[in-house]
Amino acid sequence: MAMDDVQVKDGVDAETVEAVKALSGTYKYGWNTEIEMEYAPKGLSEDIVRLISSKNDEPEWMLDWRLAAYRRWLELKEPDWAMVDYPTIDFQDQYYYARPKSMEEKPKSLDDVDPKLLETYKKLGIPLKEQALLAGVEAPEGERRVAVDAVFDSVSVGTTFQAELRKAGVIFCSISEAIREHPELVRQYLGSVVPVSDNYYATLNSAVFSDGSFVYIPPGVRCPMELSTYFRINAENTGQFERTLIIADKESYVSYLEGCTAPQRDVAQLHAAVVELVLLDDAEIKYSTVQNWFPGDENGKGGIYNFVTKRADCRGHRSKVMWTQVETGSAVTWKYPSCVLRGDESQGEFYSIAIANNMQQADTGTKMVHLGKNTKSRIVSKGISAGRAQNTYRGLVSMHPKAKNSRNYTQCDSLLIGDKCGAHTVPYIEVKNNSSRVEHEATTSKVDDDQLFYCRSRGMDEEEAVALVVNGFCKEVLQALPMEFAMEAQALVAISLEGSVG
Amino acid sequence: MLNIKNLHVKLEEEDKQILKGVNLSLEPGKVHAIMGPNGSGKSTLSYVLSGKDGYEVTDGSAQLEGVDILDMEAEERAAAGLFLAFQYPVEIPGVGNMTFLRTAVNAQRKLRGEEEMSAGEFLKVVRAKAKDLKIDADMLKRPVNVGFSGGEKKRNEILQMAMLEPKMCILDETDSGLDVDAMKLVAQGVNALRDGKRTFLVITHYQRLLDHIKPDVVHIMANGRIIKTGGPELALEVENNGYADLLEEIA
Repeated sequence: MAMDDVQVKDGVDAETVEAVKALSGTYKYGWNTEIEMEYAPKGLSEDIVRLISSKNDEPEWMLDWRLAAYRRWLELKEPDWAMVDYPTIDFQDQYYYARPKSMEEKPKSLDDVDPKLLETYKKLGIPLKEQALLAGVEAPEGERRVAVDAVFDSVSVGTTFQAELRKAGVIFCSISEAIREHPELVRQYLGSVVPVSDNYYATLNSAVFSDGSFVYIPPGVRCPMELSTYFRINAENTGQFERTLIIADKESYVSYLEGCTAPQRDVAQLHAAVVELVLLDDAEIKYSTVQNWFPGDENGKGGIYNFVTKRADCRGHRSKVMWTQVETGSAVTWKYPSCVLRGDESQGEFYSIAIANNMQQADTGTKMVHLGKNTKSRIVSKGISAGRAQNTYRGLVSMHPKAKNSRNYTQCDSLLIGDKCGAHTVPYIEVKNNSSRVEHEATTSKVDDDQLFYCRSRGMDEEEAVALVVNGFCKEVLQALPMEFAMEAQALVAISLEGSVG
Repeated sequence: MLNIKNLHVKLEEEDKQILKGVNLSLEPGKVHAIMGPNGSGKSTLSYVLSGKDGYEVTDGSAQLEGVDILDMEAEERAAAGLFLAFQYPVEIPGVGNMTFLRTAVNAQRKLRGEEEMSAGEFLKVVRAKAKDLKIDADMLKRPVNVGFSGGEKKRNEILQMAMLEPKMCILDETDSGLDVDAMKLVAQGVNALRDGKRTFLVITHYQRLLDHIKPDVVHIMANGRIIKTGGPELALEVENNGYADLLEEIA
């Protein structure tokens, strides 16, 4: 039957409503795993940095790198220009390293991993056994497989499909493993996209990062499956500093998904990650994030502070990078996934849905830096504010003198639900040559009472109506997500807006 | 089917009384028309019946099949069988027409404790009904009412009516802004839904719609009240003479 694409869109949307109804409506990842943990002593000092390095069995050069970063960090001051307000962070009142005791000896296979950890990921719906399927989506030809690197607090618990990926020449492992097994690659690229000096949180991360993912795609290879990392913060009072490095060699392609959840805690937790993407000639990386950190309660207590630096360096000609993100959790979000369009004809795309409800605050956006000729960038940012939240889009589009004929299209739309929230837009546009073209469109709209009534007069209740209208608002971004993520994201969007009307 | 007794309604925010004692009784299967000068309260009546915010009922009642509806939420009234075809249908960007229809159909079924329509069944039904209204597949995919012409919007309302199968249909100036051909198409769509059990309340300014949707009863509304009730010939009378005479009659 010629159901065609209309069917898929229908099914997805209606099922969203089902998903919302099925879930109790509260943050469903708020539980925590009772598991014996090993903590480094509280606070941050050179000793702690050494401890982290030794726990990861790192070579001398890595320790030196960390120490240099730490010493630099001591001289820096925390930035405060973002439109977010949060209580001062006491950097000494945190743990910088927490590891499940069972992970002291790195397990040889998933079979050796503490069942409690495996159970955690099962509960989260993350497939660690080498079968399949994120979000239960089956392709007609057979099972869709996604390789997963599971990171529990500071440690990578396991990475699936490594053997098969290796056959294709793809390296997908934890970064701590990469430092040990592929030091040449790491040394060449680590810190080359986000230098240690880049910003306060990147410097801190460089000193104390514990784990994250490492990906290398060799020339001409189209990665045979999607790669993903699931970050689960569990330990209390522990800062999380992941480091991810993805290298796409000439003419390669990889689609990478990042998922994040954390338990409900009373006290806020800091998450300062760094993600670096390197693209050589004709390479392509698609990087998707569905971030569902605990957003804090309705009064803004607890929650994750998400201060992340993500950057893609399109070094190669004709390289392409696409950032897609759905941000619904975290109490405070401060991140600008960016693209440096160095190679001629390179392209950067950024699709984002950022939801802020209750007392959440977000200052997010992107930076597109055009250095090469004929480079293109496209930004579609959808910000949704509800409750008493504040959502700020901050974007930089910069065309350098040599970036002849470069183009940017930016569309940033804000949707306000209720009348106690706020949306702000801070665009920076710098054009230093006279053949570039920059287009910027911005809209701000309220979820219209008339639209809601129209939906309700057709039988939908208020929440179904809001979900429908918001889904329509976010559609363009949702469609850019990989299918598995799209369904999860749609459900997430609906849940994040629970109780936002009235 | 629909029983409105002594309905008094004022605006919530202001001290303005709009409906000043409306009495209306509709038998199942009948088509009633309401005509009247601007500002007589015709649209307000339709909004109050369908549950729009902003109005306060100060006296009287309205019952659908013997059940009080004025205390029900808008979606509950819809599930109970009430449908309002809007005079100015709203646009919902990004939400496909098909998605909207399917969500509405299933939302109502859920409220009534019925099973949802399967995707396949829905597709079959919607395509058939769309065809009758000359709504092509493309229009079904477009976001609800976005960029639709006046005629397309009104036909879309009738499509919704056809899919939701309501018991009591209120058409609020369905013919406004339509050319003759579009109006005929809409009338055709409405007539196709007349099955002897479904009841219609047609609010209109112009007699010509009533040439195509032949009413059983015609009411004239003015100043928040129904001032005269008669057969189809009443509409012709108003068309020829205007409202002045009638208003004088009751003054």
